Amino acid sequence: MLEQWLPNVNWEKMWEATGETLYMTGISVLATFILGILFGLLLFLTAKGNIWENKAVYSVVAAFVNVFRSVPFIILIVLLIPFTKAIVGTMIGENAALPALIIGAAPFYARMVEIGLREIDKGVIEAAKAMGAKTSTIVFKVLLPESMPALVSGITVTAIALVGYTAMAGVIGAGGLGNLAYLDGFQRSRSDVTLVATIVILIIVFVIQLIGDLVTNKLDKR
Amino acid sequence: MISIANVKKVFSTKNGKVTAVDHIDLTIDKGEIFGVIGYSGAGKSTLIRMLNGLETPSSGSVVVAGREVSKIRGNELRRARQEIGMIFQHFNLLWSRTVRENIAFPLEIAEVSKLERDQKVDELIKLVGLEGREDSYPSQLSGGQKQRVGIARALANDPKVLLCDEATSALDPQTTDSILDLLVDINKRLGLTIVLITHEMHVIRKICHRVAVMEEGRVVELGPVLDVFKSPEQPITKRFVQQVTELEESKETIEHLLEQFPDGKVVKLTFIGESAEQPIITNLIRQFNIAVNIVQGKVSQTQNGAYGSLFVHLTGAPEEVAQAVAYLEKQEVSSEVISHA
Repeated sequence: MLEQWLPNVNWEKMWEATGETLYMTGISVLATFILGILFGLLLFLTAKGNIWENKAVYSVVAAFVNVFRSVPFIILIVLLIPFTKAIVGTMIGENAALPALIIGAAPFYARMVEIGLREIDKGVIEAAKAMGAKTSTIVFKVLLPESMPALVSGITVTAIALVGYTAMAGVIGAGGLGNLAYLDGFQRSRSDVTLVATIVILIIVFVIQLIGDLVTNKLDKR
Repeated sequence: MISIANVKKVFSTKNGKVTAVDHIDLTIDKGEIFGVIGYSGAGKSTLIRMLNGLETPSSGSVVVAGREVSKIRGNELRRARQEIGMIFQHFNLLWSRTVRENIAFPLEIAEVSKLERDQKVDELIKLVGLEGREDSYPSQLSGGQKQRVGIARALANDPKVLLCDEATSALDPQTTDSILDLLVDINKRLGLTIVLITHEMHVIRKICHRVAVMEEGRVVELGPVLDVFKSPEQPITKRFVQQVTELEESKETIEHLLEQFPDGKVVKLTFIGESAEQPIITNLIRQFNIAVNIVQGKVSQTQNGAYGSLFVHLTGAPEEVAQAVAYLEKQEVSSEVISHA
């Protein structure tokens, strides 16, 4: 039945590509989450009127974030070729896509983290200060828990964007479903392969959204 | 317990410098409930925030429980803050934590062991009357319950001073009273010094021992609550006192009476302390051949005794009325004849 409708789909290759996409997405989401929170916190804390107010640090981080957030991803991959070669050793394969994916997504997420942190009631931070809390206590016991729903919904959006980025990275040789859809599907005129690859990507996106919404709702006690 | 000496706070804003607190000297004793009243912008919020170092004075010194809060910083300031509890108008609870976890938060900051924390939290929950709500989240509580969590949290590290920043301003009158009762109870039971700021004279009347009236960054009047009620000096203080002693409608009623009975007299009697309990009106009717019509009356309890005001309308033969007024003036009440305005 399936063979009749989708004569060109090699299921073994399809699952392999799905695995590659999931691998690239998983690792880059994890790294983006950590780096984004780090930079987001740095932006928040060094902003005007905050605990570590520091115009120089804020400006540098903000400029860095804005530049990397603005470069179109496909160009970013090309720009980062020398960097990727230096740290991964190759331009081909899933791992070669990771630096570009992370550098493309982390600044984007850092801004979302900053926005999430800004939405915390200033009074709560002040209350923690009035109790004699250290900055590290404020970060780990007030800022992060109180903004967690925003951090999770932000990483959900970012993860979905990253699935799209992996497909783009696939076109220039990183593997995964994008690679399969482009090389096997488009270039060899096998539209059934492109169709199946697209459906699998859609399923991945839906599942990420579903998990993100569930976790956000579970965390949000407001 | 607290001494504020020659404290000044100037903020630099876009529109120039603003003096929020202007040369204030205050001493607050141990175990006292001290109120600061003023309209918004009077500088009372800045003043209370200097007591735990959330603001630093531009000049002068603030000493709380033996530590010069206005000078110390870093670790020393953090330790000092653990001995100064604070509650807020908007409660400022962490929504991500349950009641129990919110109360445990200052104990975590003070690095108290888990076992002791649990014990202390149980005690505090009983103290503020929140049994059964331990595992609720703040969003599931009413305003009054949230403030109870705030109070329990502020008391967790056995502070020497409790600061209340408009703590009842977001609550309805009934809840306000129950929170005020709780504060008095804590003050008596733990001997805690309480400093509160408010714009409601009702709060001052109900729980404070002494009051400072603030206007434009200065303390314009200071004294025991009953004395301030008895003889307010500044216009602003008079206005605050009127908030609790006179009803809005009474003025109109008096005008109306004076018009209808031009030969009668309206007298305002002010009772302080013991005299509030004397049967003055009974004596008045027995001794003089006059009719006494009570227009409006109110007795309020303060922490240092009762305070009351009574408006009576006296009618009868002019000489009898005059004698009655003379009698009233001899009593231990202050009386004031109100003439046609």
